[in-house]
Amino acid sequence: MKKLTTLFAATALATLMAGSAWSKTFVYCSEGSPEGFDPGLYTAGTTFDAAAHTVYNRLLEFKKGTTETEPGLAESWTISDDGLEYTFKLRPGVKFQTTEFFTPSRELNADDVVFSLERQWKSDNPWHGYVTGGSWEYFAGMGLPDVLESIEKVDDMTVKIKLKRKEAPFLANLAMPFASIMSKEYADKLQAEGKMNQLNQMPLGTGPFAFVGYQQDAVIRYKAHPDYWGGKQKIDDLVFAITTDAAVRFQKLQAGECHLMPYPNAADVEAMKADPNLKVMEQAGLNVAYLAYNSTQPPFDKPEVRKALNKAINKQAIVDSVFQGQATPATNPIPPTMWSYDDNIADDTYEPEVAKKMLEDAGVKDLSMKVWAMPVARPYMLNARRAAELIQADFAKIGVKVEIISYEWAEYLEKSKAKDRDGAVILGWTGDNGDPDNFLDTLLGCDAVGGNNRAQWCNQEFDDLVTKAKEATDVAERTKLYQQAQAVFKKEAPWATLDHSLSIVPMRKNVEGFVQSPLGDFAFDGVDIVE
Amino acid sequence: MFRFLLGRLAVLIPTFIGVSIIAFSFIRLLPGDPVALLSGERVMSPERHAEISHQLGFDRPIVVQYLDYLWGILHGDFGTSIVTKKPVIDQFLELFPATVELSLCAIIFAVVVGIPAGVIAAIKRGSIFDQIIMGTALVGFSMPIFWWGLLLIIVVSGMLQWTPVSGRISLMFFFPSVTGFMLIDSLLSGQEGAFQSAFNHLVLPTIVLGTIPLAVIARQTRSAMLEVLSEDYVRTARAKGLPTFRVVGIHALRNAMIPVVTTIGLQIGVMLAGAILTETIFSWPGIGKWMVDSVFRRDYAVIQGGLLIIAAVIMLVNLAVDLMYGLINPRIRH
Repeated sequence: MKKLTTLFAATALATLMAGSAWSKTFVYCSEGSPEGFDPGLYTAGTTFDAAAHTVYNRLLEFKKGTTETEPGLAESWTISDDGLEYTFKLRPGVKFQTTEFFTPSRELNADDVVFSLERQWKSDNPWHGYVTGGSWEYFAGMGLPDVLESIEKVDDMTVKIKLKRKEAPFLANLAMPFASIMSKEYADKLQAEGKMNQLNQMPLGTGPFAFVGYQQDAVIRYKAHPDYWGGKQKIDDLVFAITTDAAVRFQKLQAGECHLMPYPNAADVEAMKADPNLKVMEQAGLNVAYLAYNSTQPPFDKPEVRKALNKAINKQAIVDSVFQGQATPATNPIPPTMWSYDDNIADDTYEPEVAKKMLEDAGVKDLSMKVWAMPVARPYMLNARRAAELIQADFAKIGVKVEIISYEWAEYLEKSKAKDRDGAVILGWTGDNGDPDNFLDTLLGCDAVGGNNRAQWCNQEFDDLVTKAKEATDVAERTKLYQQAQAVFKKEAPWATLDHSLSIVPMRKNVEGFVQSPLGDFAFDGVDIVE
Repeated sequence: MFRFLLGRLAVLIPTFIGVSIIAFSFIRLLPGDPVALLSGERVMSPERHAEISHQLGFDRPIVVQYLDYLWGILHGDFGTSIVTKKPVIDQFLELFPATVELSLCAIIFAVVVGIPAGVIAAIKRGSIFDQIIMGTALVGFSMPIFWWGLLLIIVVSGMLQWTPVSGRISLMFFFPSVTGFMLIDSLLSGQEGAFQSAFNHLVLPTIVLGTIPLAVIARQTRSAMLEVLSEDYVRTARAKGLPTFRVVGIHALRNAMIPVVTTIGLQIGVMLAGAILTETIFSWPGIGKWMVDSVFRRDYAVIQGGLLIIAAVIMLVNLAVDLMYGLINPRIRH
């Protein structure tokens, strides 16, 4: 009955708003339903777009359009000299949203921060298992349970987090969706009423938009948070129209039924650019596709051999054929939108004759090898089989015979980890937190051999640089170390870097203020519709 | 009639048990750990794994697990969604009206257009009408739903802008769901223009989902009509000088309808399959789209439970059709 009353109240509100000429509604044709509305519990971008970037804020935020962090709910912070203690000063006067289902009585304070992080960490916290079967996958995935020593409230506006060891990406981790700050007051009320599950269904936070309602698989409604600490949004209502088919999303965009859409079909992009009512934004996605040699097996243990093979691959042809141009050839193991990316590193030019000569010089004759092609399309590699065929043809030109093999996806991921694996593997990576460590150490560090390090490549010089960068907290210092590491990578060539796919965002021409995120998420604060 | 019903049920029950065994095995035959699949937890400590495994009953003999599963189903427990944590049956009941509304409209469209088309084709056998109707039916029958739906969206919604692209109603309207049928709810809401919007949204999905049944019904009507028209009693009626309208409309059509009714019934199962594609293309929030979304979300509990419920619904519909057929045509009971 209560639900019905709420719905009727909402209806009355909606009718009022529909009647008012002043209300501005922005419709986003999203690509799928969110898994839930608690960003800590899930890993999909649809969930982060629908909850983390609308309803919630974090202590730090990623500066719009970059992978750098800036103050969010924490106004400032200090790091102790040993790099183990982080003290956050909270922004004063931050108001939680007032909704049909909850009216907050106080502003943001340290309790909310402690609650939001501790529930993911401490298994004795009553909220740790509030969703049966739910797990704090990102929190665990970023290694926080092992890194954290304590999270304490110093006073109402100060939170101190102690770490067990130095962890440079820690601040970037706190800007990730899983670290969204919730209202402890709201959570307490739900707990007292025995409705804990509601936290995951009717979210409430400090973010730019307040949750109004969700109709499963169809539509999510938000209204602008009038007291948002960053100022009220220019749009009054935000609607996610869930539209799973990319061709249909495009039609809706063309018909003016939505203002912006994610993930267009590659084949539609030309038509979008030609439509006078639309505009298209594009930038390199935060991803990389690569061909990882097994650097422990001869002849691939010799950098000269790997380098020679790299010079034989025509990357532009792969980009043209697999992505219809919607990707760029990759030089470095990190994407160009990532901080510390080194523009000065020269890519291996495509020179089959030189490559052939280099192979001869290295004493390699009649080489035949396996190339693994992924069975599924990923954003960084839409058709690995096609890419493998192109590489096969390229290698044939320098006298190297290639056999293409593949496995079922889960098996592929598992088998390709093996240290004694036979052949070079096509794979890729999409960044999680905008930190270079998330590529360089995760994919190429010595600890990752036998796991994510598909090249089985353990280079002491590279590893020292990356480890040092992880422990440094100064960004300039870290940038220098990562650039040196990229130089070592290029010289040693454990991978052939293949491409960074473009992320393409078409929208109506009258949309203003949308900034493309290199992290691949869609946030609508600051967006406006001009007539 | 009672014996006939019993006979049908005697077939239905083993079929349902068979389907339930398939649904039950589904999760256990998939690659990967069934405990992880059913709980949705991918990172688990061994203790946690054991705990969930116990909760789900995986530590008991397989036969006991199955009987338990069957017992749950008989009590309406089709599992709980990994994602929404809601019982599968509740979600099904919430979304089913949208599918029923769409399917009903589609079948009405198919019948209203298909039967007259078939009758005309039969009466004018061999004429240009007949050829056009049968040719169109053949094309309609072989049309891939996905392609047909997108084509209509691009032409009718995109280029001509006659209908909206997808969804059940314009997002400007916002009212509570009372019956689950948008056409009725939009009227009840009292909001100006809501019914019109709901109706416009229904047009394309109805056509797309109705196309294949329409083609089948038109062909079936034509051949049944042709058969009946050659019967002696029709010739007698004609000889008695009855007007063509009476001969065809009353004498022939009534008898020709017997096989057509079965065909319509059988189309309901086909439609549920078609609804999966149609709902996905048109973002129609019904059970078809729900199943597809669940596959993408890897919500195995929903896939498992949902398939079983859908199978049960199809079986019940087929039973109802059989019974209806038995009522219309007493010969079939023996």
